[in-house]
Amino acid sequence: MMQVPILKQGNYLIATIQSALTDADLIQLRDELAARVGQYRTRGVVIDVTVLDVIDSFSVRTLRAMVQMLKLRGAEAVIVGIQPEVAFAMVQLGVTLENEATALDLEEGLVYLDQKTKVKDRHAQG
Amino acid sequence: MRKVETVVLIKADADIVTARQHGRALAVEIGFSRSEQALIATAISEAARNILQYAHNGEIVLDHIKDGDKEGILIIARDEGPGIKDTQLAMVDGYSSSGGLGLGLPGIKRLVSEMDLKSTLGKGTTLTIKKWKMWNSHAQQND
Repeated sequence: MMQVPILKQGNYLIATIQSALTDADLIQLRDELAARVGQYRTRGVVIDVTVLDVIDSFSVRTLRAMVQMLKLRGAEAVIVGIQPEVAFAMVQLGVTLENEATALDLEEGLVYLDQKTKVKDRHAQG
Repeated sequence: MRKVETVVLIKADADIVTARQHGRALAVEIGFSRSEQALIATAISEAARNILQYAHNGEIVLDHIKDGDKEGILIIARDEGPGIKDTQLAMVDGYSSSGGLGLGLPGIKRLVSEMDLKSTLGKGTTLTIKKWKMWNSHAQQND
């Protein structure tokens, strides 16, 4: 089992994948993030996939489920770091992340979450 | 270069990772560009996934191939599972006998140069994939 470290930074959680993951590892990450957003009352999650050299049909389905589960738990999630050649292979294979937020890297991902959660806060106050 | 083919047994989800890592290593050795390596690794991942899903176990064979001035990688995904009833239908985009899990064979086909599917009901399935290296590819120098 490959543990993916999940760091808490302010209102956000950052999960940085460190090496190739098996299906079971990815499912474990999905469930752990869904639990942690409740535990820490997290508003946003960054899932950093920079090191992944393959994102196949199973990975895409699981990432999609992860983002949707987090949304149902009240947290915005953004997938960051998809490498250019991985993006190319995903397009050729025919898998997409159209309804899930993606950003270039961690920095851009955090900017995205700031924007998303700020809008939410404003609505909450108004 | 290489004399012996690589065989990776597929019995559990961790073997999918092993198979594509071996495939990528061989693709690097053959001199594929980074983009092509990703396509090869993804094709192996999907093929190994099919084995696990339909037959529960099987093997991925990897080899370095040459044909005239073409050079490439051979990937054979072989199982002794239930087999595919209609191999032509299995190649149609959007068709999946397992109810939407995986993208099926058309997805793999788009990643590679050649693909051949042979299957006998009750006997098993052999998927033979070839990916040829782009001749004098500029991508290789740029990567």
